[in-house]
Amino acid sequence: MPLRLEARPEPSRAMLWLSPVLAAVLAAAGGGLVFAALGYDPLVALRTLFLDPLSTLDGLTELGLKATPLLLCAIGIAVAVQAGLWNIGAEGQLTMGAIAGGGIALAFGGEGHWWILPAMLLAGAAGGAAWAAIPALLKTRFHAHEILTTLMLSYVAVQFLGWLVHGPWIDPEGFNFPQSRMFEADALLPVLVEGTRLHAGVLLALLAVPLAWALLARTVAGYRLRTIGLAPRAARYAGFSAARGTWLGLCLAGALAGLAGLCEAAGPVGQLQPLMSPGYGFAAIIVAFLGRLQPFGILLAALLMALIYLGGEQLQVSMQLPIAATGTIQGMLLFFLLASDVFIDRRLVRVARRHA
Amino acid sequence: MSPTPPRLALTGIVKRYGATLANDEVALSVAPGEIHALLGENGAGKSTLMKIVYGVVAPDAGEIAWDGRPVAIADPNAARRLGIGMVFQHFSLFETLTVAENIALGLGSTRPLEALAAEIRQVAARYGLAVDPGRHVHHLSVGERQRIEILRCLLQQPRLLILDEPTSVLTPQEVEGLFAMLRRLAAEGCSVLYISHKLEEIRALCSAATVLRAGRVAARCDPRAETAESLAEMMIGGRVVRTTRAARQPGPPCLVVDRLTLAPEEPFGTTLRDIALELRAGEILGIAGVAGNGQAELLAALAGERRSAAARIALDGRPVGHLGPAARRARGLAFIPEERLGRGAIADYSLAENALLTRLDARTAPRGLLDPGAVRALATRLIARFGVRAAGIAARGRSLSGGNMQKFIVGREIDAGPRVLLAAHPTWGVDIGAAVAIHQALLDLAAAGAGILVVSEDLDELLGLADRIAVLAGGRLSPPVPVAETGAEAIGLLMGSAPGDAQRMADAAAA
Amino acid sequence: MPDAFVLLALLVATLRAATPLLLAGFGELVAERSGVLNLGVEGMMLVGAAAGFIATAATGQPLLGLLVAALAGMLMALLFGLLTLTLGANQVACGLALTIFGIGLSALIGLPWQGTPIAGLASVIWPGLDAAGPVAQQLMLLDPVLWLALLLPALVGAFLYRSRAGLILRAVGESHEAAHALGYGVLRVRYAAVLFGGAMAGLGGAYLSLVYTPMWTENMVAGRGWIALALVVFSAWKPGWLALGALFFGFVTIAQFQAGAFGLEVSPHLLSMLPYLATVVVLVLISRDETRRKLNAPAALGKPFTAAG
Repeated sequence: MPLRLEARPEPSRAMLWLSPVLAAVLAAAGGGLVFAALGYDPLVALRTLFLDPLSTLDGLTELGLKATPLLLCAIGIAVAVQAGLWNIGAEGQLTMGAIAGGGIALAFGGEGHWWILPAMLLAGAAGGAAWAAIPALLKTRFHAHEILTTLMLSYVAVQFLGWLVHGPWIDPEGFNFPQSRMFEADALLPVLVEGTRLHAGVLLALLAVPLAWALLARTVAGYRLRTIGLAPRAARYAGFSAARGTWLGLCLAGALAGLAGLCEAAGPVGQLQPLMSPGYGFAAIIVAFLGRLQPFGILLAALLMALIYLGGEQLQVSMQLPIAATGTIQGMLLFFLLASDVFIDRRLVRVARRHA
Repeated sequence: MSPTPPRLALTGIVKRYGATLANDEVALSVAPGEIHALLGENGAGKSTLMKIVYGVVAPDAGEIAWDGRPVAIADPNAARRLGIGMVFQHFSLFETLTVAENIALGLGSTRPLEALAAEIRQVAARYGLAVDPGRHVHHLSVGERQRIEILRCLLQQPRLLILDEPTSVLTPQEVEGLFAMLRRLAAEGCSVLYISHKLEEIRALCSAATVLRAGRVAARCDPRAETAESLAEMMIGGRVVRTTRAARQPGPPCLVVDRLTLAPEEPFGTTLRDIALELRAGEILGIAGVAGNGQAELLAALAGERRSAAARIALDGRPVGHLGPAARRARGLAFIPEERLGRGAIADYSLAENALLTRLDARTAPRGLLDPGAVRALATRLIARFGVRAAGIAARGRSLSGGNMQKFIVGREIDAGPRVLLAAHPTWGVDIGAAVAIHQALLDLAAAGAGILVVSEDLDELLGLADRIAVLAGGRLSPPVPVAETGAEAIGLLMGSAPGDAQRMADAAAA
Repeated sequence: MPDAFVLLALLVATLRAATPLLLAGFGELVAERSGVLNLGVEGMMLVGAAAGFIATAATGQPLLGLLVAALAGMLMALLFGLLTLTLGANQVACGLALTIFGIGLSALIGLPWQGTPIAGLASVIWPGLDAAGPVAQQLMLLDPVLWLALLLPALVGAFLYRSRAGLILRAVGESHEAAHALGYGVLRVRYAAVLFGGAMAGLGGAYLSLVYTPMWTENMVAGRGWIALALVVFSAWKPGWLALGALFFGFVTIAQFQAGAFGLEVSPHLLSMLPYLATVVVLVLISRDETRRKLNAPAALGKPFTAAG
């Protein structure tokens, strides 16, 4: 019986929230197929990937640790997407946040000032925001599309960090390894659970969830942003400035990504290295969509993505599976999500037999 | 009756979109050489039926007979092979291609473009349609584009020509030219299926009519034997309610435009040249003209979406040319834009969120924070006051019919209590019931002392609504003429005039 | 004549660096002219690079590797087409997904082959390469894929502007409603264009892993797919400008390696920024004139088409 897609009269609320679950299940199934194709027992691999990390306290704190940068970046990306902006350069903004905040740590760390950490947080957010302000300027002033400029500037930021840790900021006692000095204790985020790596940055990320929700749902600024994103011509008619929306959306996204970078530098890493993130900035795009661009949904999606990262590391350790396998699963996750999202607005119907 | 079978005969056509029946057991028969009207309100199922005939859409059930033989029309190519030509309401032309390329695409032939260009000139000359095959379509006026569409059909020697609302974009004089051409075509034996909701035109042109209502055939008649009123009653299935207007005395000027000249933003926009107008409190001023002559640009400049020098535009005596839409709104200006979804309202927003679009103020959003209770109260009031049929304030914009969405937008702007209201094509594409309600709301607002500027392509609408009418052509605005002293013919001359002729034509219209 | 030789070497190097951009860029140009914005060029190039490398390393046949790479790129494009054309999903999001998926998949399948040496295309076609003189060696570096890339501007230009199929493709990209109303198979045309784009991107990726480098490393396309996308915007969808842009970027890429030779003591990290910064600058220069861009962009670009009915 031939099938056909047809528009639903109203978008399906159920499908809106069912779709990410469906996507996760399908991606897990797809992952199982990949593991089987590589010659591993798919059930063992999937258990290692999705269940084992959750069975220990250490695993749970590591989950929170990995979810922190994902959550921060994804919330920023979601706010930008709601404003109609494709910020795919969170990786670069994260890097610049780490550089700006890390610079303060390297310059003033160890002197015992109370203001070191607050200054690092501010600098991290400012660094990310400043990096995102460049595409905002290029878009509002020259109409250059942010999707390419944010990404290109990502590559530039990573090269810039590479130059810093190979050159001016290299640890003089580090046997020429391309990395900075370790941050002093007063420039490190406090650990929350004794004996684990879970640090206070997770609280910042959790705080960002209700704040972002309130911004989007309860403020005039958020209403304007959403209007600009959904219907630019309606926004213009209402008198909402698209340029102001671009600045706000991109700078906010950059600030959150910068904060994420600083939390990595002043958290689990404790120094500057050539790569501050295993692709959190890109994975956060998936997280944002998986979480329906809604802050509370993103919280759940960030935990799932953190689990994939964490499980991927365990797979590498216990089964010698390449870490790239998790990248494949991430890609499949987004594909399945986009495919099932089609059924929010549409449904499958049988084609009636045609009478000629 | 002659024994020849009808050129086209439809029986039992059914087409369902989701829950709605667009066509329900529709039957239609067109004789050779006949000009047959297909009549109905928006959403009555006319366009769907024509797409079925042209093979764009497949029917769920029903039969099509061509010259007495049953046929299946799988796609537009099959329709063209039978000899069916179609002129679409929203033209199926490609802006960046040339006239010849456009026609080549429509013919489905592999003739070289040079040979085609010669043929185009020849056929164009025969039917008195002036076109240049080498020009790019985006340079052409709306009337010229329609000629390309018609030419594309004529080059295939059609035996049935379908025209979907062809006159909505033409000046009265261009309409006369079109009718002359259609009559000649019919005399040569080609059948014409003419889709319209303009009743006077149908009475002048067509010798048979099929009336659709809510997807079903409501009536068949000879339009020449009917009145416009009786045809309208067939369309809506009841009596037409009329608007009532109170006599009113215009007050002081509330919106004054002084020598406004503005270059366009869009690549093919119109430059506004030396626009001057004065709108008085309690008055409805109509702006007539064919779309694309500066209407969008003028409205954007008046509403504040385009800024100009402060002194060019004055609202209640204060200069506002430099202000944006929100600031002008705060000073008592309201605007009903042409496009409903995407500009006047947002498809994915609830009615509550849509109410907020132009109503962010100290009550709905104190100190930059939204007050959900106040927003709900506003939306509830708008729905009740203007009789909007919707599932509630949580209903999405896209779930409303065109007429109800427009009532909501018009209501939102009127409810703001504006001193000046700009309305662009306020009843375009809405059903007659909603159109009457919207017209009444505008008349009441004017009676309450607001100045209203209505931009419309529908001359009948302006003649029924406005106190004075000015014509916008080529980016220039003619001086306004009192409605009592002019008529469709005189205004039509202005609409088609070259920019430089505006003043002379205005004098002619007033005379 | 050392100077002439240096110039020749520079020219050959520029052409070789421009070839992947030409291939991927013209594939994307055709896809975008049909109205489809596929941001997954980077992902398709990576999968093409990995698949082509594996096929070559396994069989010792670089030509077979090129074929496999084109097919792999087409498979990726088919995935994109299923989502965006058949299901009508958002093209921007799906393009990003394709890139993320391509990065992961190529890394996964390429992992066992990392560091495997292969015979480059040139040495297979020209068995005498190692023994030839320096000038002949340079000329031998101009391989058939490079010649194909150099011919693309003329071929694609003739197709778009001189053939009926090209006219239909442009019409579909201009207004899919109008094309559909006239009876053209919008989805069929777009599938063809997207698949062509995939094949070209796969070939472009394989040129990097089989000819240019030749080796496989994770993420080795290094943003060239994105640069190709930027070049299409820069070209205003015109073949001649795209060719010029690709050559310019080929030169910029080479310039960063040659800087040392000209006595410039700059960190390789800073020099590596050059192509990305140049992309931003080029985008700014070209987007500044918004009217020109609006005029030239295919009007239906990125808009999903669903036949109502």
